[in-house]
Amino acid sequence: MTTVTLPGFFERLSLALRVLGDPTLAARLRDAPALPSSSSEAPRQIEERVVEKIVERPVEKVVEKTIEKIVERTRIDPEAGALHVLALLQREGRLVDFLQEDIAGAGDADVGAAARVVHAGCKKALQQYFVLEPVRGEAEGAGVVVDRGFDPQQIRLSGNVSGAPPFKGTLAHAGWRAKDVKLPDRPPSVDARVVAPAEVEIP
Amino acid sequence: MTSARFSIGIDLGTTNTALACAPLDANDAPAPFALDQVVAAGEHQARPLLPSFLYLPADVELPAGALALPWFADPRYCVGLFARERAASVPGRVVSSAKSWLCHAGVDRRSPLLPAGAPEDLQRLSPVEVSARILEHLVRAWDQAHPDAPLREQDVVLTVPASFDAVARALTEESAKSVGLERLTLLEEPQAALYAWVAAQGDGWRKHAKVGDLILVVDIGGGTTDFSLIEVKDEGGNLALHRVAVGEHILLGGDNMDLALAHRLKAKLEAEGRELDDWQLRALMHSCRAAKEELLEHDKKQKVPVAIPGRGSKLVGGTIRTELLREELSETLLEGFFPEVDAGARPQQAKKAGLMTLGLPYAHDAGITRHLAAFLDGRTPTKLLFNGGVTKSPLLRARIAGIVKGWLGGALELMESPELDAAVALGAAYYGRARTGKGVRIKGGASRAYYVGIERSELAVPGVAPRVDAVCIAPLGMEEGSEIELPMELGLVVGEPATFRFFASSTRREDAPASTMDPKKAELSEVAPIEATLQGPAGALVPVKLHARVTEVGTLELSAVESGTHKRHKLEFNIRVE
Repeated sequence: MTTVTLPGFFERLSLALRVLGDPTLAARLRDAPALPSSSSEAPRQIEERVVEKIVERPVEKVVEKTIEKIVERTRIDPEAGALHVLALLQREGRLVDFLQEDIAGAGDADVGAAARVVHAGCKKALQQYFVLEPVRGEAEGAGVVVDRGFDPQQIRLSGNVSGAPPFKGTLAHAGWRAKDVKLPDRPPSVDARVVAPAEVEIP
Repeated sequence: MTSARFSIGIDLGTTNTALACAPLDANDAPAPFALDQVVAAGEHQARPLLPSFLYLPADVELPAGALALPWFADPRYCVGLFARERAASVPGRVVSSAKSWLCHAGVDRRSPLLPAGAPEDLQRLSPVEVSARILEHLVRAWDQAHPDAPLREQDVVLTVPASFDAVARALTEESAKSVGLERLTLLEEPQAALYAWVAAQGDGWRKHAKVGDLILVVDIGGGTTDFSLIEVKDEGGNLALHRVAVGEHILLGGDNMDLALAHRLKAKLEAEGRELDDWQLRALMHSCRAAKEELLEHDKKQKVPVAIPGRGSKLVGGTIRTELLREELSETLLEGFFPEVDAGARPQQAKKAGLMTLGLPYAHDAGITRHLAAFLDGRTPTKLLFNGGVTKSPLLRARIAGIVKGWLGGALELMESPELDAAVALGAAYYGRARTGKGVRIKGGASRAYYVGIERSELAVPGVAPRVDAVCIAPLGMEEGSEIELPMELGLVVGEPATFRFFASSTRREDAPASTMDPKKAELSEVAPIEATLQGPAGALVPVKLHARVTEVGTLELSAVESGTHKRHKLEFNIRVE
């Protein structure tokens, strides 16, 4: 059996806070092989006797809970989430049907009729499951100022980009940001790869 | 019993069910409660409305856990949105409009009838059981979110159409109690809508109403239309609300309108040589609803395109396209359902068919304004409150208000209800709290007068059935908690069921208890027989007096009280259909 030096309480607390702020570290910790458990009992008991009870318990509890949550979130398969959205857009708006079709030879009237089905249904789905808002509230075409310390994830500069902000420019696209996502709950037993089931009509 | 923390309002609608709650120990406005439900196979989510549909899938139909909810890992049935979605694909396995069946006197409402047209292997359910399943869903969804305040321990106000008769109310109570909702009160939907208005106005409601106001509530839901008149009276210097009249039950609502539009467009497509199957007709109905709403909202638009996808994965080319024109909407909707008629108009009576099919007794005359003219019968409301999804349309509100104004030749003030989808549930939650003393209450009592049929003692003539007198046992407006005893003494035979015919009237307000009349001449409608079986030595004759009581729940209770011993026997409605 290997002997492991176990971290003290404050070291554990600081580690927990680092995990909170760093998903990559959290993933590494989660995926690391578990320590042999038998050696952890004794030093832990000593630790608890040393540190004052009133301080330790509540703090440790809160931190552990948060870590649990992070781990749980990262466990959700991003692939399943993407497939779920695809299934919703197909169910409500037949999006996959539409995109899988070859429309090169179809007349505009037929494409237009199909587009109405897709538009009406996908719009309903979008409103039901996502709360979207523009990144910038100004009207498109209006003059805007990009402040110092702006977030390049939220604002993409184009044209004559040089020097340091603030920049003056014109809002070409107001952007979209998901304020909220409200996907229905789906148990892990659901086969996410079935985007739409085959339908068989029994006469 | 533990004390309740919330007043819960439940709007158990024909097409949608809603729940709202108000804390009993605070004056917070009632709030809607979103109901977790299966929205697709394997997915659940909380939504403001729970479609009143019950889906009973075959064992092999869905993968395990497809109908799972947080409180039920593998249910064999489902209530709500997914059930409604499946109605088009497996109509034999989905129950819709159970509430309309609950007030259908032509069938035995405790017998397993639903879904109508179910396959052989399906265990059917009675209208009472279906209502209970929907209510049970509400209990579970609420309890999941409030483990410390379970629904069965709260004060529950369940709404019913004003036009529900004593039997339909008793059956509603029965289904609620079967899922443990014992702390129950029934409330009429139009009253609940008015309570929602009062709740939204707060203390200011008195500024918007004056003594002598007569409020007309027009409630047009998905499946039913209901009218009530509520009078503002002076009671010791305070404003008080009294419900003075309720209309007949009209089985007609927004779903009929969407279906009428869908059939109109179907005929148009067929004239162009394009056939629609049932699945596409259903899709057409959905698109018609959306197109209707768009035309009703934008009165400048002359047409809205309607596209119906084919069922296969080929969308381009497989989609049928047509459009709904404004003149088609006007003809079908305005002329069909809301015709401009004068105050003397009356709905066309149905021709008596030789054989009635075992379906719902839909209104024979779709003209809602004709039904409204018959209901008002010359009375002159001063205010108008709309309720129900159909009345969300400003155009339809204006149409109805315009027609009623034309009848009055005077002013009619429109009252604005804030949230039409949730108004009834919110109003019911408000009322539940008002019962505890916090807020205004509408008085009304029994919505109908009730009569028992008593055979006349006269010389028997062979071949002629003995004539029956209708004796008033509960006058219209009889107050909750009050009891009436009929003075006449009757002899009941012990050991065999004693049966009385039972009648009702929603218009005869002048009849006092014990008033006697010919049921035909008085235009009473027959409700259902009532019966009791007295236990004891067979053949003995026991003198009894009949009692009627309006319970705190809001139902009518009839009993036979033995004259000597004062022993009480409850009279039950016999709703079996011979």
